[in-house]
Amino acid sequence: MLRRLLDKLGHRSRLTLTLGAALLLLLPFGVDLALGRGWVRITDFALLYIMLALGLNIVVGYAGLLDLGYIAFFAVGAYTYALLGSPQFGLHWPVWLVLPLGAGLSCLFGILLGAPTLRLRGDYLAIVTLGFGEIVRIFLNNLNGPVNITNGPQGISRIDPVAVGSFSLGSTQQLAGVAFPSVHLYYYLFLACTLLVILVSLRLEKSRIGRAWMAIREDEVAAEAMGINTRNIKLLAFAMGATFGGLSGGLFAGFQGFVSPESFGLMESIMILCMVVLGGMGNIGGVVLGGVLLVLLPEALRHGAGPVQQLLFGKIFIDPESLRMLLFGLALIVVMLVRPAGLWPSGRRQRELTAADGVAQQEQETVYDASR
Amino acid sequence: MMPPAESATPARSGGKNLLELREIGKNFGGLAALTEVSLRIDRGEIYGLIGPNGAGKTTLFNIISGLYQADAGRFYFNEVAYEHCKPHVLASAGIARTFQNIRLFANMTALENVMVGRHLRTRAGIWGALTRSPATRAEERAIVARARELLDYVGITRPHQTLAKHLPYGEQRRLEIARALATEPLLLALDEPAAGMNATETAALKSLIQTIRGDGVTVLLIEHDVKLVMDLCDRLAVLDYGRKIAEGEPTTVRTDPAVITAYLGGPPPREIGA
Repeated sequence: MLRRLLDKLGHRSRLTLTLGAALLLLLPFGVDLALGRGWVRITDFALLYIMLALGLNIVVGYAGLLDLGYIAFFAVGAYTYALLGSPQFGLHWPVWLVLPLGAGLSCLFGILLGAPTLRLRGDYLAIVTLGFGEIVRIFLNNLNGPVNITNGPQGISRIDPVAVGSFSLGSTQQLAGVAFPSVHLYYYLFLACTLLVILVSLRLEKSRIGRAWMAIREDEVAAEAMGINTRNIKLLAFAMGATFGGLSGGLFAGFQGFVSPESFGLMESIMILCMVVLGGMGNIGGVVLGGVLLVLLPEALRHGAGPVQQLLFGKIFIDPESLRMLLFGLALIVVMLVRPAGLWPSGRRQRELTAADGVAQQEQETVYDASR
Repeated sequence: MMPPAESATPARSGGKNLLELREIGKNFGGLAALTEVSLRIDRGEIYGLIGPNGAGKTTLFNIISGLYQADAGRFYFNEVAYEHCKPHVLASAGIARTFQNIRLFANMTALENVMVGRHLRTRAGIWGALTRSPATRAEERAIVARARELLDYVGITRPHQTLAKHLPYGEQRRLEIARALATEPLLLALDEPAAGMNATETAALKSLIQTIRGDGVTVLLIEHDVKLVMDLCDRLAVLDYGRKIAEGEPTTVRTDPAVITAYLGGPPPREIGA
């Protein structure tokens, strides 16, 4: 299949593809050399967030359902992994079992949340999902008594790293004479998962189900009248999005080795939503771009803002942390004003802008017809 | 001539009646939008529904397409009783409709709009979409081919990749009809298809509706353009204040004193639509 695909591509795009793949494969080593190991870790997180954003994109971008509690599915996946692979209960289930289980459980939660709430529209749905996100977080925070399940606010630590047999991603591995540190290994795992999620998104977008999602986004009443079972199709969007959220949650737990309810607050949900909206709702490239920017820029600022102020003024005026939120808010406002469809909108939205001339001409024709 | 669709449609055979309404009632708060409306539409006819603004025509449409639930009465379609049914159930039974204020999927292309109409008669699910199995790909090709046929059939001249909202008004109306036809309806319900059209567009629409009927689809038509209704319809019903005040062939209805009173608000000096 790959051969056939390569044959179809021209010489030039084949070259681009090869270069892109090489770049992605060598990226952790380059980042490690140039910026240090901490930045490889940040790159790993960027990939996790891209996965999350792509999952949310199915719900918000394709089906047009505003979900403000998406992080809850991430939490379900993470805690499933944490509880089944840590000293908390002394369970150390294998990864190939725990990850799908977490994704499946998230999917189930998606359906449980969706079934009663999907008859709500717009703002109402947003508020209910927001509430759901908070409920999950508060549950995790308080499920340490009377029976201790989640260890409450302390969270669960010493979670097993992702490992297959004796090959653990938690420690440096020698492969073909090259030493792969843990963060590099996770990078490759996350990259593979992200590519998988992208493939799934692409295929869903151009399918009967994808069209039904978009029809619901565009006009739910008309979609219903055209014979789309809107309840089921919306549930499907929720379930798919939740599955991706659960998958990345599990990966997060294994990577981080520690989970606590703090990581699953409302701000996280909003952050992921911002990635989708800022990058370009409904466009996979845009969502990836949004994810990369919203993870990397704040980090760059955190590392850069202090030294720059020190250099310019001799002392630090604004705490980099507050500056981060300030600039972040500003950037959002600017993007919404200048590029309301996102930094990299889908072709569909671009066409909306470029075809404006066509409409003007058509209106002209109508006026002409009427005056005849 | 509309090329036949490949997949299984609801049975086109059966009794003479296609749609029968029995004493349908609908209230909005204290307002009786429809009161004991009964009517019968035969297979293969063009049936008109007229009446002054607010007479309950669109409410009736919304009931037979499942967007509203009737408070009283029931209706039979293709010899099956329907009560409290979801819109997708009725669409699957073979009722397709257009909307008075065009409701296209504005940011999807003309082609995609019609492809959505094929949703009902195709099967591919998540698994098919992910694996792109030969069956799914074949189905997808058939959907595209059928959608293109229907776009040509209703006479969309713009490129099929044009966004629905960028089509000229008249073509938007036609696109809605193509989308409805994609569901392979037995009954096509058109809610004021000629509203806002100029004379040329109305004439083209008229011949399109006649072609559709010629291809075996029964048509239910709400229209304010009385001349169009009189020319097109085999029979028609007149609603006023939620009640059916007249029914029959155009020539009988136009001379009906009750109809003339409803339209002109007093004893008639002359026929309407003459």
